[in-house]
Amino acid sequence: MTELKQRPAQGYWALALRKLVRNRSAMISVLVLVLIVLCCLSAPWYARHVSHTDPFQSNLSGTVLRHGQTVEVLGPADNPLKLGIEPIGPSWQFGPYMLGADQQGRDVAARLLYGGQNSLLISSIAAIVTLVLAGLTGIIAGFFGGFIDAAITWALDALWAFPVFLLAISLSVVLIAHGLDIGPLRLDASSLALPITIIGIIYVPYVARPIRATVLMLRQSEFVLAAIGIGASPWRIVWRDIVPNVISTIIVFAPLIIALNLLTEAALSFLSIGVQAPAASWGTIIHDGESLIYTRPIVAIAPGLLIVITVIALNILGDGLRDALDPRAKLRL
Amino acid sequence: MIKRLLVLALLLTGIAPAQAAPAGYGGTLRMVTVSASGTFDPQVNYTLRYAQLFQMLYDGLVTFAKTGGPQSVTIVPDLATAVPVPTDHGLTYQFTLRTGIKFSNGEIVTTDAVVHSFRRLFKVNSPNAGTWYDVIVGGRRCLAHPHSCKLQGLVADPATNSITFHLRHPDAEFLDQLALAFAAILPVNTPDHNMGTTPIPGTGAYEVKSYDPSTGLVMVRNPYFHQWSALAQPKGFPNVITYRFGLSAESQVTAIENGQYDWMFEDVPADRLNEIATKYTKQVHITPTNWTVYVPMNVNIPPFNNKDARLAVEYAMNRESAVKLAGGNRLAIPTCVTLPPKMPGYSPYCPFTKNPGKIWTAPDWRLARHYMKKSGMIGQKVTVITSLQAPYRQIGVYTQDVLNRLGFKASVKAISPNIDFTYIQNTDNHVQISITDWAQDYPAPSDFLNVLYSCNSFHRGSDSSINISGFCDPAIDAEMANAELISLKHPNQANLLWGHIDHQITRRAAAVNLFSFERLDFVSARLRNFQFSGEYFFLPQLAQIKPKVQP
Repeated sequence: MTELKQRPAQGYWALALRKLVRNRSAMISVLVLVLIVLCCLSAPWYARHVSHTDPFQSNLSGTVLRHGQTVEVLGPADNPLKLGIEPIGPSWQFGPYMLGADQQGRDVAARLLYGGQNSLLISSIAAIVTLVLAGLTGIIAGFFGGFIDAAITWALDALWAFPVFLLAISLSVVLIAHGLDIGPLRLDASSLALPITIIGIIYVPYVARPIRATVLMLRQSEFVLAAIGIGASPWRIVWRDIVPNVISTIIVFAPLIIALNLLTEAALSFLSIGVQAPAASWGTIIHDGESLIYTRPIVAIAPGLLIVITVIALNILGDGLRDALDPRAKLRL
Repeated sequence: MIKRLLVLALLLTGIAPAQAAPAGYGGTLRMVTVSASGTFDPQVNYTLRYAQLFQMLYDGLVTFAKTGGPQSVTIVPDLATAVPVPTDHGLTYQFTLRTGIKFSNGEIVTTDAVVHSFRRLFKVNSPNAGTWYDVIVGGRRCLAHPHSCKLQGLVADPATNSITFHLRHPDAEFLDQLALAFAAILPVNTPDHNMGTTPIPGTGAYEVKSYDPSTGLVMVRNPYFHQWSALAQPKGFPNVITYRFGLSAESQVTAIENGQYDWMFEDVPADRLNEIATKYTKQVHITPTNWTVYVPMNVNIPPFNNKDARLAVEYAMNRESAVKLAGGNRLAIPTCVTLPPKMPGYSPYCPFTKNPGKIWTAPDWRLARHYMKKSGMIGQKVTVITSLQAPYRQIGVYTQDVLNRLGFKASVKAISPNIDFTYIQNTDNHVQISITDWAQDYPAPSDFLNVLYSCNSFHRGSDSSINISGFCDPAIDAEMANAELISLKHPNQANLLWGHIDHQITRRAAAVNLFSFERLDFVSARLRNFQFSGEYFFLPQLAQIKPKVQP
């Protein structure tokens, strides 16, 4: 007779992690994302030891050594009318101006790395803001119901009614001009906290509504009714019974919201109402590259490609998380 | 060949086609620009974009000759029969109005219309009412009490059709100032307020058929127009002139390459210069102009109310870098003074450079940091205001970089060219430093120095305050008035004095003068007879459209 081997019982999170690790696409996405984050974190090292330039300072009259010759970072174009100045092109070698220069003579590769830091930081922190606010409002509205639910739902509907980019642009245009100054809360126009706040707020309804729906369902479940029956306090029920059942939904949303935020930040920065110069983000670099699209297209294409790769990776990771945490869920933004 | 012989035969037999248009006439000229340019009121708008249109739509008593080349800056009679010689020691100018000229609404041009137009100029707070037209007796009172403006120094006699101006003092540039669109003659019933987006009927060869600041305008031939002087108001070759708003400079270049438009207002972006200079050489026209790009610093609010802070910026700014952003040395020449090199009175001078002397050579960061430290303004917040348009936006980013390196906490705000120019003038917007340009109204040094730096050009809380720095020194104003007086009899001596005044203003560092600009026009392959006026730049009405070749 063969003996049945007894496996130790696995918890919900361990099981989910196992499922995620087995998902090859999700793991490749994680790898890609880790690589991008590590590259972006290396920006100061790259600027100091590889590009040897300050990517935030104009270098219009600078020179660089290329193929043993000193060449201008912004040199005259070669044409019969002697018209125009062109930034130096990519060398495609690990060194100064690997991806060439932008119109201010700054190293594009170094700016891409610094820009990535800002883009990822803004989209990640804004996602945390969104998820915390959405989680709070969704849980409170769904669990307590009545007037509180009506008020929160009304506020979320009002926010939802605005086209999301129109709302983001309107808020940005107003706040970028003078910064945010409400009582003790003061945000400078050039502060990264400003795009974080704007982007963090605009997506709250998109997450809060499904969370509220989940909580409404949980509110009628037997274990919650039992807890109410034995006289547990509402906050205890929320903390012990509701939150653990909602947290997986929030986690599934996280990479999807980060991806959305990344796109929104890029759009705002492209319109000059996101990250403010001299700071860079992938959106501002695309904006800088717009005026060089005919001569140095790499300036706009490189950050665009990085955005595409990051967003695809985040979406695949989001799908992987959904499959791992709740395979029956049909969460879509 | 057969077609030509047939036409010749018809001509010889006197059976010429009745509707045949003279060669070169007809067609639609399609112009394009990034945006509208503020009000369409010729007595208020102070932009080149619209001055180019107003010269086809409106007439003054005199005007600049509508032709290309050096003759374009000479004054010719327009609605007046002749350019008068001033009498009474330069205090009186008498004009006789032409008869039989009508506005595009059918009204006849009368002496009443002339009087109304000059009074209106004060009532609508025309940008140069205080600097130019207040020389007319009663002008000062009109400035103080515009709504009850009578302008006693302007006397009209309907019986003889004569108009007489009495001036407070002789003014060598009075005729130049009468030749500009601010002094356009408008119908008697034109309201005494800024007309905004409603075009006012004029006497020019064209009238506005439709105008929408968000999309564009269409001009057609004025049905009441007959050519009285080819130099003052030519009939114009195109039948229709359209001006489309809303395309970026990049898109404009592509559209012209594709033959969708014939001419673009904006400067060709730096990254397209090589392309057009290589592939479309014959469609490129480069013309020297009296045009300066400069960085006014507001001398009335921190941090630039501190002269040391201004000097720090002057020494730190790399003019050669700015030239690169503008497209290189073929299009821009670094400078430190206000007057452009081709302007009478220009005298090369540059104190804000390494090895000070006549020309700018390199920034002096040692002195820049010294003045910055002395100013005590390190850490002060500064916002650079610039237009979204190239190369101004790029120069704005570069200026921000220089300010940050000096120790300011600088940010840059790029705004639509539609509002940029008026925004930076209005003191209510508290603009500290901005990037802008100035092209001559007429070839006289006072048009730069008096207009941009006199006390009379500064109006608090107004969009028409062309003295953007807010610089005001009565002593320099007196010197400018003296130079204007001297120019009546001794123009060369006056030019020397203007050069000296330019140096004085430069030393006061109210603005960083960056470079003087040459104008590059990029036109379509079908545009013929490109004419460039020193006054209005490209003259759209003189452009001929090559008809499409029928298959």
